[in-house]
Amino acid sequence: MTNSIGEIPSADVLFLLGANPTEAHPIIGLQMRAALRRGAKFIVVDPRKTWLAERAHYHLQVRPGTDCILLNAIMNVIISEGLEDKEFIRNRTEGFEALKEYCKDITPEKAERITGVPARDIKEAARLYAEADKGAIFYTLGITEHVCGTETVRTIANLAMLTGHIGKPSSGVNPLRGQNNVQGATDMGTTPDKFHGYQLVADRAVREKFEKAWGVKLPAIKGLMSPEMFDAANEGKLKALFIMGEDPVMSQPNQEHIISGLKNLEFVVAVDIFLNETAKYAQVILPAASAAEKDGTFTNSERRVQRVRKAVEPIGNSRADWQIICELATRMGYPMKYNHPSEIWDELASLAPNLFGGISYDRIEKVGIQWPCPTKDHPGTQYLHKDTFARGLGQFYAPPCRPPAEKTDSEFPLILSTGRTLFQYNAGTMSRRSAGCTQMESECFVEISPYDASMYGVQDGDVVRVISRRGEVLARAHVVDIKEGVIWMPMHYAEAAANRLTVSAYDNITMTPEYKVCAARVERVGEGRLVKVSTGDRKQETGTK
Amino acid sequence: MQKIRLTIDDRQVEATPGQTILEVASRLGIKIPTLCHDPRLKPFGACRVCLVEVEKARTLQTACSAEIQEGMVVRTNTKKVMDSRRFILELILSDHPLDCMTCDKCGTCTLQDLAYEYGIKESRFFRQPQRGIVPDPNTMILRDDSKCILCGRCVRICDEVEQAEALDFINRGFDSVVGPAYGDTLLGTTCEFCGQCVSTCPVGALREKQAEGKGRAWELKKTQTVCAYCGVGCNLFLNVNTNTGKLVKVTSEVGTVPNNGNLCIKGRFGYDFVHHPDRLTEPLIRRGGRLEEASWEEAMSLVASRLLEIKEKYGSQSIACIGSARCTNEENYLMMKFARAVVGTNSMDMCART
Ligand code: SF4
Ligand code: SF4
Repeated sequence: MTNSIGEIPSADVLFLLGANPTEAHPIIGLQMRAALRRGAKFIVVDPRKTWLAERAHYHLQVRPGTDCILLNAIMNVIISEGLEDKEFIRNRTEGFEALKEYCKDITPEKAERITGVPARDIKEAARLYAEADKGAIFYTLGITEHVCGTETVRTIANLAMLTGHIGKPSSGVNPLRGQNNVQGATDMGTTPDKFHGYQLVADRAVREKFEKAWGVKLPAIKGLMSPEMFDAANEGKLKALFIMGEDPVMSQPNQEHIISGLKNLEFVVAVDIFLNETAKYAQVILPAASAAEKDGTFTNSERRVQRVRKAVEPIGNSRADWQIICELATRMGYPMKYNHPSEIWDELASLAPNLFGGISYDRIEKVGIQWPCPTKDHPGTQYLHKDTFARGLGQFYAPPCRPPAEKTDSEFPLILSTGRTLFQYNAGTMSRRSAGCTQMESECFVEISPYDASMYGVQDGDVVRVISRRGEVLARAHVVDIKEGVIWMPMHYAEAAANRLTVSAYDNITMTPEYKVCAARVERVGEGRLVKVSTGDRKQETGTK
Repeated sequence: MQKIRLTIDDRQVEATPGQTILEVASRLGIKIPTLCHDPRLKPFGACRVCLVEVEKARTLQTACSAEIQEGMVVRTNTKKVMDSRRFILELILSDHPLDCMTCDKCGTCTLQDLAYEYGIKESRFFRQPQRGIVPDPNTMILRDDSKCILCGRCVRICDEVEQAEALDFINRGFDSVVGPAYGDTLLGTTCEFCGQCVSTCPVGALREKQAEGKGRAWELKKTQTVCAYCGVGCNLFLNVNTNTGKLVKVTSEVGTVPNNGNLCIKGRFGYDFVHHPDRLTEPLIRRGGRLEEASWEEAMSLVASRLLEIKEKYGSQSIACIGSARCTNEENYLMMKFARAVVGTNSMDMCART
């Protein structure tokens, strides 16, 4: 996020794209509810009628995968009506003419045909956002989990720069991060091309710095991103995989492909707190301590580095992941010894001083600090891009919008989109083992519009089979207000893994899977119960009456 | 901004216009008791235990809602103030069960603390406590109507903060209770089970169901940490029974960043996974297709030797590592260091970019 969570209630116009914070980021959702009570106006772009969409001034019920066109049409309106922030564009950006040229043809009327959003709504929403005093954009995976995710993110940045809604309190571009430490894990360089602190592996000086600090020669050869790892496993090029705290079988698209890749590996090690779906294909499984059983730090969506503390002794013979890695490295001939995670932090902070140099455990006892924080007396950074962008001037970049990878046809006429609910979480490994969460929601469902439901003869509460070109799962039909032609499923259920349906298509830059669009159809199975069967077993049966 | 000057208990202070007497007093470290006040909520002035004397005012004022004025002279501890607080507490206690010895709230109950402070052993207005634990099949929130003091904090937080509007005052007078409309159970409402109502209840009327009988306040050690679920990164407190070593419940406190004492269902009621019987407790090695328990020594030496073998045979690029958005920064840093410095590969990624 470029802004802080605490700035949300003071925004005047909140522009949400593919984000459902009252469910997926509940406490950010709470801040948005506070903004709503204060009289802030909302523009919500979402095929679903979410809590905030229902209360929004403009709910732009877009066809999945067409956000980029919609945003360009909004910019078309802003430019043609002269609502852009001319001063900001002059002083802080470059490349405006190219953007203007590109948007010229994407009129609201044209966009209406592609996105399904009425041109009038596009125009009015554009004016509302452009004329806001403090306009903040929020987006999540609804934007990034598409083949054109990166392009759309850049288009969002264009819109914010066009209107000058960036680099100010309560005005900015805010991707909401999903998992507790996805921000931190990205910051820590668990990516093929970067060391922690976004230092490029391709940069020889950077490599030399780390070679000196770590005392070994480091590889320069390009590494694999996780989807490529499973391709390489299937091709027999990859032989071993060490997986810490992840469940690719559940979280990666096209489950069959992941499983066959895992089976093709010689050696798989999984470190986790539960026997997850992926661990079922591992040769060695190491029991990890949970977050309640270890010390360390997590970094939240607003870049705040916060202390995680041990409250419970590790269960059974489980051990903290950091201890496991240290021992393994030592056994493999590279001694790693730290008495406490704070020593690891100090080492990593000293190697990425611009972002973390000023952060140490004693400074974040009570309240975490937002990076960048380069020195001990630096208070941390509440919002980014205040006077300048990372590269100096903000670059307008007019990327062509690309359609989703998979098209619907007569056999698979519906667009399936997936996501998260309030009561469950990701692969469900933790939340489904909690009585309360499970009491609130215990089985997979699929949201379908009344029109589509009637086309398939489906009633609210029926058990249906959701089928894509790759597989099928059973789910309970919820007939709700969702865009016609779109169905939506949560991703929390191993026995009805939505990723058995999703497509192996990726954003070509970040390799983020396209979870939000795949072609599907629905078949009514009947009434009755959904019987839980473990994953892997393709033949789920229902107790159809 | 223009400051206002006033005097509280003979101390002169400057404060920002719009602040309440309570806010200014607490900044000075002057304690004024409250029951219906929560900084997350708009002032309500219902319980009246925060009464203070203000010079020239005809009646005592509620410190939680009275805004400061230029030249105001406030006294928080006169006999008149103390007597009225005592009177109010007696009224509240008149139909409150005096069963602190078995109440799970004992030790963290504001009413109990005030009764102690003001030396109230029993009420002159005693009347049999009404009702009791409400039958409600939800597994998270226990509602005990007999203990409710009608401060309205739960009703207001559910409306003002959570905006779920699941609770309301029902009935009137002595029959008043709070709860879902029409006496429904919480499961039948728009309740999101955030537990904000539990976090604000000053007495034992709303409690964490799972923690009942699992330990008293002084047996619980609270550890501040970050929620293990989503990227908001709420701060919460794990309450662990020091005798059993078990996590009993999760609580929250006003003032934490970024969540100011608010949580969602996962943060507050989603921690059963810690002691779940499915937890892996021993290393497992697959032998002949079956997973068998092994010692750490055995498992680690197997992993180290197999990885070294594969590296030797097929080269560093034949091994890849996956880090995790669920692990700490320190662990991800080490994982990345391990991949690059020990294995010798840049094939290091996180799984889902979510
Ligand atoms: S748990 Fe939350 S939503 Fe439910 S009644 Fe309490 S405050 Fe309202
Ligand atoms: S309590 Fe809820 S909103 Fe807060 S971090 Fe946990 S899951 Fe996210």
